[in-house]
Amino acid sequence: MGPAQKSAAAALPRAFRGPGDRVFKYAIVGLSSAVVALALVMAVVIYIEARPTFKAFGYLSFLTETTWDPVKSIHGALPFIIGTFVTSFAALALAAIPAIAVAIFTSEYAPKWLAAVINYTVDLLAAIPSVVVGLWAIFNFAPLMRDAVYMPIYLWAEASAPWLATMLGAPSTFNMTTGTIVLALMIVPYTVALSRDAIGQVPRDQREAMWALGATKWEVIRQAVIPYARTGIAAGVLLSLARALGETMALAMLIGNSNRLPFTLFGPAATMPSLIINEFREAVEPLHYSSIMAVGFYLFIITIGINLVTSFVQRKLYMGRGMV
Amino acid sequence: MDTINVKDKDAGATLAAGDELRMETVGLSVRYGTGNYGIRDVSMAVADKRVTALIGPSGCGKSTFLRSLNRMHDLAPDITVTGQAFLDGEDLYAPDMDAVLVRRRVGMVFQKPTPFPTKSIYENVCAGLRLVGVNKKATLDEAVERSLRGAALWDEVKDRLKTPGGSLSGGQQQRLCIARALAVEPEVLLMDEPTSSLDPNATIRIEQLIHELKEQVTIVIVTHNMHQAARVSDYTAFFYVGELVELSATKEMFLKPREKKTEEYLTGFFS
Repeated sequence: MGPAQKSAAAALPRAFRGPGDRVFKYAIVGLSSAVVALALVMAVVIYIEARPTFKAFGYLSFLTETTWDPVKSIHGALPFIIGTFVTSFAALALAAIPAIAVAIFTSEYAPKWLAAVINYTVDLLAAIPSVVVGLWAIFNFAPLMRDAVYMPIYLWAEASAPWLATMLGAPSTFNMTTGTIVLALMIVPYTVALSRDAIGQVPRDQREAMWALGATKWEVIRQAVIPYARTGIAAGVLLSLARALGETMALAMLIGNSNRLPFTLFGPAATMPSLIINEFREAVEPLHYSSIMAVGFYLFIITIGINLVTSFVQRKLYMGRGMV
Repeated sequence: MDTINVKDKDAGATLAAGDELRMETVGLSVRYGTGNYGIRDVSMAVADKRVTALIGPSGCGKSTFLRSLNRMHDLAPDITVTGQAFLDGEDLYAPDMDAVLVRRRVGMVFQKPTPFPTKSIYENVCAGLRLVGVNKKATLDEAVERSLRGAALWDEVKDRLKTPGGSLSGGQQQRLCIARALAVEPEVLLMDEPTSSLDPNATIRIEQLIHELKEQVTIVIVTHNMHQAARVSDYTAFFYVGELVELSATKEMFLKPREKKTEEYLTGFFS
């Protein structure tokens, strides 16, 4: 601290520096609160808009009512809840194991250049707008699957196992199975990326400890890497589920949009998001409008619930091994 | 065992009378992908059922040498090892030698305690045995008790074998890792600065343990602490810039080092 610096400090009094601090602080506090307020206000507004439906049908009866008929003013969300859960869980079941396998392959087995190529491609897949995926599936994938897969299976079932045929339903171009497969394709990149991150978090010394005991490569992965990463992988799978539950466009394009139960595997169905996107334009009746809001409200609750469960799982598993 | 020709410095010849040769390296070099040598042309002997300490300043190659004794360098694709490392006269780097089997015979304890956090204390100790297909409860029970007693941890954990390994204190975790390494009954136990992350009391316990363990197993220990080398080892090897400068009986080295470099290091001339 020479005398020159001292006088420089004196030349810029505290009073002139203070406002910058304060302005910045207020700005970030304001913006952060706005985010929280936005989420809360949105939830409250959706709830208020949905209230006529809850009044008319009841909170629970709305969930269990199977008919959705705007013309008769009967609104029940059960078909869409079933459609959403069936497609999401089935898509997750299809996607999870291959996605985790890809994550293990790229982080443990593949040479660096190949891992880079695969990871880049996977990230690219996640970046394709879902409407584009839907477009491809509408004109190529869906007709192909109907003619090459569903039809033969259905014809065989009709001839040899009629009970199965009723479960499968007559194949239509846009149906629940096609929707589920495309949904699975769309969440694979998320599950891969999140599992890859979880595996990347496994410390080197955990692997080395297992190597040093005389483990083979596969034993290291199975005994040291996966157990350590399983929390992160589980969280990744749950987040992918939340993503699947909310996916709208591709499903709305592919699932056939039938509001009537029972859904069959090869027949059209609907999900909560696909219902909303298909009917919001026509919702002129107040009760129809509020019922769509109510479906949106429950979808909101479900996805928030999944996210809460995810963070709970993460906390619980981490605490269980004394690592917080 | 003494039929192996030692190329330079007669490293094997420095073993005291009555001590048998257990491991020996001949012209062992480790090279990184950058072209730098981690260790260069190291020929050294390890006496059976004795403690050999590796000392030297940071970056001198002592850990690199240690990790070449159980082929841990195999895991890094850009590291090349040349030369030979013999265990009971068998070259561990021979083309038909399986690195997995090498690591079963030469166990390792790391600088940081590395219990498997998702496994119980019991399963941590069993981990190596389960790998080779030992699943009989009686055998495992017996091995767990023997290994934990061997690592002087049994009395502290015998009532909570089912709790996670991560719930133990740092010193206990390190003894758990020693027990885990002992469970597979290795011929040689490598320890890479096993006390550097522990408090003084835990350090003393581990040092006592090393004294007891050398009855059954050959130990090679890396330490950055000269006093620890003096306390626990029978032989000391001094490494400097990737080369073995001197291997002597510990007493001899600390009282009357043969090499000038060793003397300078031991007297704190550099570190």
